[in-house]
Amino acid sequence: MIKLIALVPLFPLIGFLINGFFGKKLNKSVSGVIAAGSILASFVVAVAAFVELQGCEQKSHIINLFSWIKSGTLQIPFEFLFDPLSSLFLLIITGIGFLIHVYSIGYMHDDEGFSRFFTYLNLFVFFMLLLVLGNNYLIMFVGWEGVGLCSYLLIGFWFKNTAYNNAARKAFVINRIGDLGFLLGIILIFITFGSISFDNVFAKAGTVSTSVITSIALLLFIGAMGKSAQVPLYTWLPDAMAGPTPVSALIHAATMVTAGVYMVVRSNIFYSISDVASEVVALTGIITALFAATIGLLQNDIKKILAYSTVSQLGFMFLGLGVGAYSSSVFHVTTHAFFKALLFLGAGSVIHAMGGEQDIRKMGGLKGHIKITFITMLLGTIAISGIPPFSGFFSKDEILAHVYEHSKLLWVLGMVTSMLTAFYMFRMLFGTFYGKFRGTNSQEHHLHESPSSMTIPLIVLAALSVLGGVLGLPEFWHLPNWMHHNLEPVIMRPDPSILPHDTEWLLMGLAVASAAAVIFLAHRMYRTYNVLPVEREEDLKPVAKVIYNKYYVDEFFDKTIRKPLDLLGQIFHKFFDIAMIDGIVNGVGKAVTGVGSVVRLAQQGNIGFYVISMVVGVVCIIVFTFLIK
Amino acid sequence: MLTALLIGFPLLGALIVFFVKGNAARNFALGLSVLEFVLSLVAFAMYKNNPACTQLSFNHTWVQSLGINFSVGLNGISLLLVLLTTFLVPLIILSSYKNEYENPSSFYGLILIMQMALVGVFAANDGFLFYVFWELALIPIYFICLLWGGEGRSRITFKFFVYTLAGSLFMLVGLIYVYNHTNVEGLKSWAVQDMYNAGKSLTADQQGVVFWLIFIAFAVKMPVFPFHTWQPDTYVNAPTQGTMLLSGIMLKMGTFGVMKWLLPIVPLGLERWGNTAICISVIGVVYASCIAIVQKDFKRLIAYSSIAHVGLISAGIFSTTQQGLQGAVMQMLAHGVNVVGLFLIADILLRHTGTREIDKLGGIRGMNGNFAVLFLIVLLGSVALPLTNGFVGEFLLINGLYQYSAIAAAFAGLSVILGAVYMLRSYQGIMLGERKDNHLTFGSLAATDKAVLIIICSVIIAFGVYPKPLNEMAEEGVKILLSNIK
Repeated sequence: MIKLIALVPLFPLIGFLINGFFGKKLNKSVSGVIAAGSILASFVVAVAAFVELQGCEQKSHIINLFSWIKSGTLQIPFEFLFDPLSSLFLLIITGIGFLIHVYSIGYMHDDEGFSRFFTYLNLFVFFMLLLVLGNNYLIMFVGWEGVGLCSYLLIGFWFKNTAYNNAARKAFVINRIGDLGFLLGIILIFITFGSISFDNVFAKAGTVSTSVITSIALLLFIGAMGKSAQVPLYTWLPDAMAGPTPVSALIHAATMVTAGVYMVVRSNIFYSISDVASEVVALTGIITALFAATIGLLQNDIKKILAYSTVSQLGFMFLGLGVGAYSSSVFHVTTHAFFKALLFLGAGSVIHAMGGEQDIRKMGGLKGHIKITFITMLLGTIAISGIPPFSGFFSKDEILAHVYEHSKLLWVLGMVTSMLTAFYMFRMLFGTFYGKFRGTNSQEHHLHESPSSMTIPLIVLAALSVLGGVLGLPEFWHLPNWMHHNLEPVIMRPDPSILPHDTEWLLMGLAVASAAAVIFLAHRMYRTYNVLPVEREEDLKPVAKVIYNKYYVDEFFDKTIRKPLDLLGQIFHKFFDIAMIDGIVNGVGKAVTGVGSVVRLAQQGNIGFYVISMVVGVVCIIVFTFLIK
Repeated sequence: MLTALLIGFPLLGALIVFFVKGNAARNFALGLSVLEFVLSLVAFAMYKNNPACTQLSFNHTWVQSLGINFSVGLNGISLLLVLLTTFLVPLIILSSYKNEYENPSSFYGLILIMQMALVGVFAANDGFLFYVFWELALIPIYFICLLWGGEGRSRITFKFFVYTLAGSLFMLVGLIYVYNHTNVEGLKSWAVQDMYNAGKSLTADQQGVVFWLIFIAFAVKMPVFPFHTWQPDTYVNAPTQGTMLLSGIMLKMGTFGVMKWLLPIVPLGLERWGNTAICISVIGVVYASCIAIVQKDFKRLIAYSSIAHVGLISAGIFSTTQQGLQGAVMQMLAHGVNVVGLFLIADILLRHTGTREIDKLGGIRGMNGNFAVLFLIVLLGSVALPLTNGFVGEFLLINGLYQYSAIAAAFAGLSVILGAVYMLRSYQGIMLGERKDNHLTFGSLAATDKAVLIIICSVIIAFGVYPKPLNEMAEEGVKILLSNIK
């Protein structure tokens, strides 16, 4: 099966083509089955190949398709790499992708753009698979920009709404800022190593000066910041919630936004060599994690809460990468994919039940009406809050343990972040499902559980969120950490230091206790005292108001980048182009005409002019002769 | 011989078309240009088979006493550009079917004459012949713009004509200067290889002067900042087919000229002034992109985006690296195809809605989904998304430029971001949202428009996914070029 790994991206491509060309003529259920079926086929192949790889001595397989770009010494084959890292991502993408496709069949059922939706979604999966399968940076870049395109198309899926279109465009443009960094990084890799294929580059990484490696690592990281929504390039992700909810689950939580993590893990040798780059990654990660978590505290839109939570969790993963805990971060990518996809799909089910309402101030008391959604979301919330033995607990704990070795301060900040996470997640849960219903009567009447095409994916994801921890059980419990062992061949210079067992126990205990305390606090606030989210913005306290408005970061970028850019364009256009440069050009033209009209006199037989010019000429000659002598 | 045929055939075609009355003229023109395309495919296949084949070169004495020969030939780079020309001309003719031009026989005849001159420019192996074709190309496009252009055309076309002609005269002086230094057994020669040798025998100072004399003509033609102010008005005012000829093919005369008639002649001049040329090219990239952002007329926006694209091409050429030059060739091909698509889209908008003003359009996505998809694909090619034809060139260009200077690459790379800004903004304004004008309707596309757009979109994707056939030839051509510069 490994030899046929190209089938994995091929199936979604075929699905894309069928739905793209014939989607409008197809029956909705046929369209949906083709889309979901193509992902299922990919999943089956991916599983078979994964199993084969587990039994294989050789852990990295290169599958060459054709020669893509060649220019002198620059040779870029269209080539796939199947190894433990890419095989794991294939499973996440196709597995969760399949569940979300199934869910979408129910969720998008009444939408007129049904087949268009699946066209885009299949194309997205295709590009995402290219991204993780490529054996060189440029194929990764193809997938990278391709998923950006699909994200653009899907955020702006309801293209009649201007706000959605703006959000889509913002996502694409901000991602392109990162992409430029990535592209320059790829070029620097080529110039440094004479190749951009992973095997060639990584083998030579140790022979190059650290400063060059740092430049490469930082340029690549700019790309990761765009795609994985890190400060300051994160503002597009909350806006991206304009897209249909399954899109938020698949693209903006489980897969695409973790591409930056994938890239850093793939390039881990650079970051292991360059301490500077690692510090930057860790700091960016913790700042993002903390920053987004505080914003999450005061959001009222259920999807926005989850969006900021995603930004924050991504920051957490980068914190892990920055301290060298590569396999732990991949573990967190995996568990996060489970529980965040679950939470988004659950939110979609809530929105579905509420007839499109997303504001938790208008919800409340839903747990009796939509039981499956409630129970699954409860499990997801516990998982993300880090309560054992749910999956999130294990992955988060592993990262925090590594951070503790690295820096106590970062560990404290990481702990604060996870406490904030538990708090805003339970705030959301209580606000949505507990208390009295705060919506309209007709909404209350309309409340209903979603169809089984939507609830079954929720149940599966809930099971994964609960049990996913077994993939990486703590080693100091003397249990097998599969994740760690699986990724060993990919991590070139693993971090050797191990904490004493009693410290690990202590850290773990602290984490659990603090999470429990925060949940208790949230319970007191939102259940016992029934504190409700503030209705109107004006009623917020000054600090809260700043946080509520997302620290005015959007406004800041608007004033410092977007407006000046427009102004610059106007100045270049009106002043430089039309007035100055063209003015000079036309001036030359006029000067020529002017000289011509004077010279013309010499040709017109005007005796008077001839006499005058003769006199002037003679005078000039005389004066000139005297001057020279 | 085949090359001479490729030049002569359009001229013959033009003569036929001149005498065909009415709209039949365009059918003749289309048929003949398709035949020409087939001929060029034959040439392509022959070259692929055997790059040394003699059928592609032709030499006939013209003015013996002055050493002028009718000497033409095709190799990697020039063959690709001839292929671009012969591929685009039928599409340009086909795209005109919905425009009712007065006096069609002259219009289409002039397009074919233009094609002859363009092929001649790319194929000429004699300096004098090159100059003759170069100036010859100006005449048909001058009349096309003057007779079928929009409002204010006489002033604008006059400026265009004088501006480019003035540039060309500098080039003529430069070429004659080099010619005067040729010495083949006591005789002077215009042959390209002799010109190369003569140019290299000059001192660095002399080469520096010749560099500017020749470069100005090319800089005006492309155009690179700050020689570009004739371009936006001319592009906007010319009839759509004229704009397509100008931007799709004619500007490649400038970039091609730099490759064949500048770099190998004055390598020392390049050493001294190449940095300046890269500077103005790169400034032009950002400058024109910023201006494109604030344009209201979609056609003018494309005009400025074209300046940005060509600035990057020019910068890549002057980096004189394998990747930079090869990227330039690939981007010339891609830009030619994409810009024709974009100008056709501008024309379709105008024909269907009566305006190209971005602010007045909107909501077309909902009225014609197919058009929206085709537009999007062309747009993606233009912003160089991977797996479109634009990406291969852009990646190689920035790569080559980076080897020359990392800062220049980063600065020019801003076009990656700015291009997305102005293209997506205009796409949103034109296609998405609700329609701003309730009377706006947008029916289905005419069959000819649809055919042209589908062909263009297919090329965009096909050569983005599998650029190898073109890329291989560009690679070989650039290797030969580099060996001539060294």
